[in-house]
Amino acid sequence: MKKWSSLALAVTLGAVLTLSGCGGDNNNNAGTEATGSNAAATAAPESSPEAAAQQDTLILGRGGDSASLDPAIVTDGESLKIGHQVFDSLLEYKPGTSEVQASLADSWEVSADGLTYTFKLHPGVKFHDGTDFNAEAVVFNFTRWSDPASEFKFEGDSFDYYDSMFGPEGSRVIKEVKAVDATTVQFTLNQPQAPFLQNIAMTSFGIASPAAIKEKKENFKNEPVGTGPYVFKEWKRNDSITLDRNPNYWKEGLPKLNKIIVRSIPDNSARFNALQNGEIDLMEDLSPDDLSTLEGNTGLQKIERPPFNVSYLGFNFKQKPFDNVKVRQALNYAVNKQAIIDAFFSGQATAAVNPMPPSLWGYNDAVKDYEYDLDKAKALLAEAGYPEGLPDPVTLYAMPVSRPYMPDGKKVAEAIQADWEKIGVKTVIESPEWATYLDDTKAGEKDDIYMLGWTGDNGDPDNFLYTLLDKDAIPGNNRSFYVNEELHTLLINAQKETDQAKRSGLYKQAQEIIKADAPWIPLVHTTPLLAAKANLKGYVPGPTGTEYYSEIYFEQ
Amino acid sequence: MNSYLLKRIMVLVPVLIGMTMIVFSIIHAIPGDPAETILGQKATEQSKQALREQLGLDKPWLQQYFNYMGDLLQGDLGTSIRTKTPIAKEIMPYLAATLELTAAAMLFAAFVGVNAGILSAWRQNSWFDYTAMIIALVGVSMPIFWLGLMEQLLFALKLHWLPSIGRMDQRNPVESITNLYVIDTIIAGQWGQLWTVIKHLILPSIALGTIPMAIIARMTRSSMLEVMNSDYIRTAKAKGMPQFLVVYKHALKNALIPVLTVVGLQTGALLGGAVLTETIFAWPGVGRYIYEAISSRDYPVIQTGILVIAFIFVVINLLVDLLYAAIDPRINYK
Repeated sequence: MKKWSSLALAVTLGAVLTLSGCGGDNNNNAGTEATGSNAAATAAPESSPEAAAQQDTLILGRGGDSASLDPAIVTDGESLKIGHQVFDSLLEYKPGTSEVQASLADSWEVSADGLTYTFKLHPGVKFHDGTDFNAEAVVFNFTRWSDPASEFKFEGDSFDYYDSMFGPEGSRVIKEVKAVDATTVQFTLNQPQAPFLQNIAMTSFGIASPAAIKEKKENFKNEPVGTGPYVFKEWKRNDSITLDRNPNYWKEGLPKLNKIIVRSIPDNSARFNALQNGEIDLMEDLSPDDLSTLEGNTGLQKIERPPFNVSYLGFNFKQKPFDNVKVRQALNYAVNKQAIIDAFFSGQATAAVNPMPPSLWGYNDAVKDYEYDLDKAKALLAEAGYPEGLPDPVTLYAMPVSRPYMPDGKKVAEAIQADWEKIGVKTVIESPEWATYLDDTKAGEKDDIYMLGWTGDNGDPDNFLYTLLDKDAIPGNNRSFYVNEELHTLLINAQKETDQAKRSGLYKQAQEIIKADAPWIPLVHTTPLLAAKANLKGYVPGPTGTEYYSEIYFEQ
Repeated sequence: MNSYLLKRIMVLVPVLIGMTMIVFSIIHAIPGDPAETILGQKATEQSKQALREQLGLDKPWLQQYFNYMGDLLQGDLGTSIRTKTPIAKEIMPYLAATLELTAAAMLFAAFVGVNAGILSAWRQNSWFDYTAMIIALVGVSMPIFWLGLMEQLLFALKLHWLPSIGRMDQRNPVESITNLYVIDTIIAGQWGQLWTVIKHLILPSIALGTIPMAIIARMTRSSMLEVMNSDYIRTAKAKGMPQFLVVYKHALKNALIPVLTVVGLQTGALLGGAVLTETIFAWPGVGRYIYEAISSRDYPVIQTGILVIAFIFVVINLLVDLLYAAIDPRINYK
């Protein structure tokens, strides 16, 4: 026993001594840690210039981990972010926009009937495993995604984005993919698809090494091999993903950094603390509350992602009286969007008028919003037969989780509740847990009005209007059960039309119809915030939430 | 002793089977469609149906339960729905991370708690006693979330003494062998790395260990006070034995039994309660593994994760019981 207690004392004493020793140790620390090849700026954000000069590793902090590293089998943004660095698609989005440009395909031709697309591939590109990228590899990938009997569709995998962009089995848009020669690949479609090029550019359709898939089989999702600027090195689940520079990258001079480490740090405040402490260089999803702290710190910079989302309140047409357009319009008039933006978004949002963001082509500027006007709201309610307001309390579903388009759904719901109270509409806010929330709103039996949002996938208006408000999206993303045949015809025609100017006209018309029918109260388009060290350059945030890390570097 | 051990181990079997039944029924009572949660809002109906069939979610739940138990008995812990990887393979690094954190937290809690308790009892009603007991009271009621963020703010942001998140310096990573980084760095003889790993352990283990530390301190104090008033201590004092020896040698030994129980129970509680600490400090442990599984309805992971924790909890209790006998020969198990 004596031994035990003296050991205890010794260790306690030792711990106390080392702890108190930490304080004076600060400079030493920086000295010893800088011996690592790229250990710059570990100790403090104000790192010395020579340390910053050698920094060639980026540590990025984000809220969650990837589910899988094969971008073809996932739909979550966190997985696609990594896929974007390891894989290239035939086309890509111009950084910071949703316009397509050449990538693995140098050029392309479209036949007059819009049914044949011929891509000329970039010659001499190699996968990370050293095998050649060529037309056969493209055919292999597209066959893997479209053929339900493919031996490279592994247990539990589904190619959801392929199914949703190019039609599920039985109604595929792509009829055939053919290798004409080593650098020419030809797609034949069953019917014209206007957003075809936009779709091809998605990260999910990044071209994987056929040799690696054949060799690694189901393990490919843990050890991806593509042609991208970074080579996958290591994945510690729920902790970090390490990517190394691809020394043979086919784009000259890229990537600029030697290594990228992507860490999962779930708590927003902890992530911001880590950035301020120099443990990470770049963080995603800054809380609007932390904005003032960020702006007060000269060692850091704010990065704004272009707003490419919408959050909204949807009316459930299955529930009376929300099938009545006057009631829906009345409630539209009774929401003070600007007050909500000021109170809950620190100004990092704009009021939404239409169901798609203004930065997207085809946006209709001419549509006027229902301005905040309680008298008009009351008058409309009276016209609908409710001069005293609605007789029963309204069940309003408010999101229990934080999303880029809506950081705190419950608080926003409470503000709206107070507004509606003024026109005689009583509201009961419910926030079941997220999975139940999605189930309930999809079934439409429990909610009268629900809150939700959407971030665009591919830079096409179709991905907002058709995906969210067409009758084809019931059951599914059209949780309002809103059916308008005229709108449906417009949206279907827009899908088949290949002339973008004409399509734009069709989408503008669609937005007018939607505004008049008021199936939603569009709330806001948010500007998601990121924060980084002040000397980080070359990061261009992409609207869809995925971006290239290949241009990032640290300035002296 | 051996037959007692055997008996205790035999008792574990129904306990663990009971655990599987409880966990299984609770998880399946949670509303929400796992297929939709797993595949996300943007998945097609077709692929969701295929997933349900493949996971056997369309079968009656009793059948699902027996299938699960059958696999478990063959050593198959199931496959994660979200990552499609066998759980047995996947859970090890998480478990190691949690064990390392829990051990460090318990070390902190036991050393500080026991010593504070002893000193409080020794100097009953002194300023030290009052201060320690006030700290213990505050410690018990301190929300881990708040404490963790405050620690980061002070020791990482303001003073730059310690790192705020993670298990190691990512710019200079540790090669994992056992996934217990303290041990890994010792095996590799990388003393600089060992120090970095320990620095990463300090803040989260204090956050996690504060509540058990407070409980242990109070337990030790009251247990010591009881022993200090007994006859044999008075005799020892009367013999003119130095007070330090009286306290640390004679009294502590008998006061330690109830303390040991508390330490055992608290260790189990730490294993399950590490979720918040692991979230704040971005610690990739089993708490977060289960938490993420819950939010994505990854049934097999939730089941297996809880089962593994329950198993460790039961084993710790067994060890505590065996330690009683080692410390106090009067306790035997006939």
